[in-house]
Amino acid sequence: MSDTLLQIDNLGVDYETARGDLKALRDITFDVNRGEIVGIVGESGCGKSTLISSILRLTAPNTRFRQGEIRFKGQDLLPLSERRMRALRGEDISIVFQDPMQTHNPVLTIGQQMLDIQHRSKASKAEKRARAAKMLGAVGIPDPEARLDQFPHEFSGGMRQRIAIAMALMSEPDLLIADEPTTALDATLEVQIIERLQELQQQFDCAILFISHHLGVIAELCDRVVVMYAGAVIESGDVREIFHNPKHPYTRRLIDCDPGHIKTRARVLPTIPGEVPDLANLPEGCIFRDRCDQALPCCAHQVPPLTQLQEGHRAACWLNHEEVSA
Amino acid sequence: MSKSRSELSLILTGVARDPLGLMGLIIVGTIIFCALFAAWITPHDPIGMNIKDRLQGPSLTYLLGTDQLGRDTFSRVIMGGQVALKVALPAVFGAMIIGLTLGMIAGYGPKWLDNLLMLFFDTIRSFPTVMFALAVVALVGPSLQTVVFVVMATSIPTYGRVARTQTLTLRNSEFILAERSMGAGMARILGVHMLPNIIGVLAVLAAMDIPTVIALEAGLSFLGLGVKPPTPSWGALLKDGYALIRQTPWLVVGGGLPIILATLGFTFLGESLRDVVDPKLRKQR
Amino acid sequence: MLQYALRRFALAVLIVLVAVTAMFLMIRAVPGDPVQIMLGPRATPELQARLTAELALDQPIWRQLVIFYGNLLQGDLGTDVFSGRSVTNIVFQQLPHTLSLIFASILWSAALGIGLGAYAAAHPNTLIDRMTAAISVAFVAAPAFVVALLSLLIFAVNLKWFPAIGVGEGIWDKLDHLVLPAFAIGLSWVGYVARLVRASMLEVMGENHIRTARAFGISEGRIVLSYALRIAILPVVTVIGVGMGFLLSSAVFAEIVFARPGLGKLVIDSITTRNYPIVMGSVLVSTTLFVVSTALADLINAWLDPRARSEN
Repeated sequence: MSDTLLQIDNLGVDYETARGDLKALRDITFDVNRGEIVGIVGESGCGKSTLISSILRLTAPNTRFRQGEIRFKGQDLLPLSERRMRALRGEDISIVFQDPMQTHNPVLTIGQQMLDIQHRSKASKAEKRARAAKMLGAVGIPDPEARLDQFPHEFSGGMRQRIAIAMALMSEPDLLIADEPTTALDATLEVQIIERLQELQQQFDCAILFISHHLGVIAELCDRVVVMYAGAVIESGDVREIFHNPKHPYTRRLIDCDPGHIKTRARVLPTIPGEVPDLANLPEGCIFRDRCDQALPCCAHQVPPLTQLQEGHRAACWLNHEEVSA
Repeated sequence: MSKSRSELSLILTGVARDPLGLMGLIIVGTIIFCALFAAWITPHDPIGMNIKDRLQGPSLTYLLGTDQLGRDTFSRVIMGGQVALKVALPAVFGAMIIGLTLGMIAGYGPKWLDNLLMLFFDTIRSFPTVMFALAVVALVGPSLQTVVFVVMATSIPTYGRVARTQTLTLRNSEFILAERSMGAGMARILGVHMLPNIIGVLAVLAAMDIPTVIALEAGLSFLGLGVKPPTPSWGALLKDGYALIRQTPWLVVGGGLPIILATLGFTFLGESLRDVVDPKLRKQR
Repeated sequence: MLQYALRRFALAVLIVLVAVTAMFLMIRAVPGDPVQIMLGPRATPELQARLTAELALDQPIWRQLVIFYGNLLQGDLGTDVFSGRSVTNIVFQQLPHTLSLIFASILWSAALGIGLGAYAAAHPNTLIDRMTAAISVAFVAAPAFVVALLSLLIFAVNLKWFPAIGVGEGIWDKLDHLVLPAFAIGLSWVGYVARLVRASMLEVMGENHIRTARAFGISEGRIVLSYALRIAILPVVTVIGVGMGFLLSSAVFAEIVFARPGLGKLVIDSITTRNYPIVMGSVLVSTTLFVVSTALADLINAWLDPRARSEN
């Protein structure tokens, strides 16, 4: 069996709108290996959400998969039937969503919801309940047995996010997608949740696709990182390599904008001047050109390809091509 | 002046673009036209009796047949529209003005007054409408004025509550706070700044309220407790039709269809108006 | 929850008190001698004197009010001037007919409305959704008494499928007599409930927790039925509580059209004979019924919604 768990190849996704097709994702290529933590970083609107909903195929009705493949354990997910896709969700691939306050059904107890998601298990109700309590204990919720009978609103935001993590790990998935799981929480909680996630990842040995716009967290948690901008991957590679030796001006600006670089936290990225291009009407050439202070003449006409610069480090920028930039 | 006129034409264009809204506009327009020119349109005297031609089916002479006294149903239907509007328009308008005033006082005034007015609204609403109407009619006797009064009294709370909520929201909005800090008086704030923001919402409510009012007037007249005979109200037509239901279906049909058409027309118009003027209201109802 | 329940019921009692007092004062405020109005011009002086004493009309108004409330607390709504029977008895004899009509109407219309609304929300912008929307508006607009008359004309007089008048004897016959009136009253509610459920269902289906349920592979049917509908029907409960008032109003017409005994028929007959205490007693009972049902709906709502339960 190969080491690669998730392999995304040339993925292109559009949204059909009244203004024409919105090219939300273009030529997305990267993989996630078993047991690895891969971070995806980028500003809001860069296509992170489209990407994860595409992996789970929980997309809005106006979504069109134009090209490429999403291979999970070697199998392309895009042509799968809805039934087979559903068998995968919450079993092999789980997700923790961004806003813990809205993740759970408000009128069902946590216990009921944790029982419901074990719908594939043939265990008895008591066994399922015991398992739910055990998972709550594992994410650090005190007195889990009693708290199963409480409703979501009786838990704090941090607690709810722990519950969401417990629910996601319940089936011992191969891949856990974490969609900005700490953005809505405050700093101390964020640290706690990240540490817990790290522990659990060791314990359950699952791969994590960690989406964030907080570089500090990515640097701390991830093995590799994928930087996205306006629906495209512009740089990807080993996390240390990217942070110490960024090869795309956008990545460089992101790191520069993160106060104290890596160790301290930043809630909101300080802005990079200029605007993200209109996805319905993409400009010719490099998508970052308008905001780039090192733009070359060729950037206006030709899209820079995502090229391998060294083992495991790719970037899409003409500056790395000596024959052009010289 | 020209601004508000162009706004009005903008709203009407919006309504006319919506198929249901256009239908509502046509129906309501027809009813209003018929009511205004009833005297010229009616082929026969709506209260003129002709015993020789009693209880006839539809024919070219009597489009919807005749009743037990030989009166032309079609003419009575058209005249009935006039009666319906005579009740509905003043009642709705009156309720809107009173509700608006009380609601703004409740929203802007001191807390105790607010509580008192809310209790007043809740009390009126606690009577089932028709039961309240029956109690009043029992006390003061049936007449057109009684119907107008009952309808007005029962719909004041609806307008009052909406006006209160709007006032409360506006009261804490930034532009009102800015006005206040610049020393604007209460009358100026309520009259100049709040009123225009509230009245649009209430006007939409009023449009949607008209069908209820028309139905209530017809209902009371049907029970014999509304306008007095021989005034041709749609409800009175149904009353006659009910008594003669085994002899002729035409009175019930003639009295029932215009009520359904009118309520349908005003409902379509009201809903379409609401969507054009204030889509947020959709959620509140 | 208990505190909320107590407060809600305190408000309900206060509203009933104010409403009853208002009604009491309204009767006294009518120009002319109430006894004259009640008994009509042809009443004998003895009868007039008896009624004056009975209603304590010779006492100052505040004493009248005290006596009125004293009687009310003992369940005494006064005495029927003509038959001498207790008004409480007469009213409560008619009440079951009206209640069964109202419940039958709520039952079928809410069930159908919730089904249609949920279906339309699950299949938005399909032909059935659009048809439901258009029919809903039409149904909502149709006044109950017109529907009652037309259904009487069509289904009872012409087609003779259902009996035209009365309540019937025995359970099946009674149900048979209930069909047309319940149909007439409930029809506008089908549209109303359907629209409400559709709108609130669409809103709930867009919420994040539904996405979570989907991400765990829970089947769409289960998501709609036990995850979304449970939340989406909350407003329906409130609306049905408030709707009791409308239903009580519509029931008056249905009872007249189908010549059914009931509160409405009782009131109309009493108005014709100027039988005042019965009119007032019936209005009082129906108002109380309405206020209590509104309060009950609020409580059921709080009980169904754990968020509201702990907030209050």
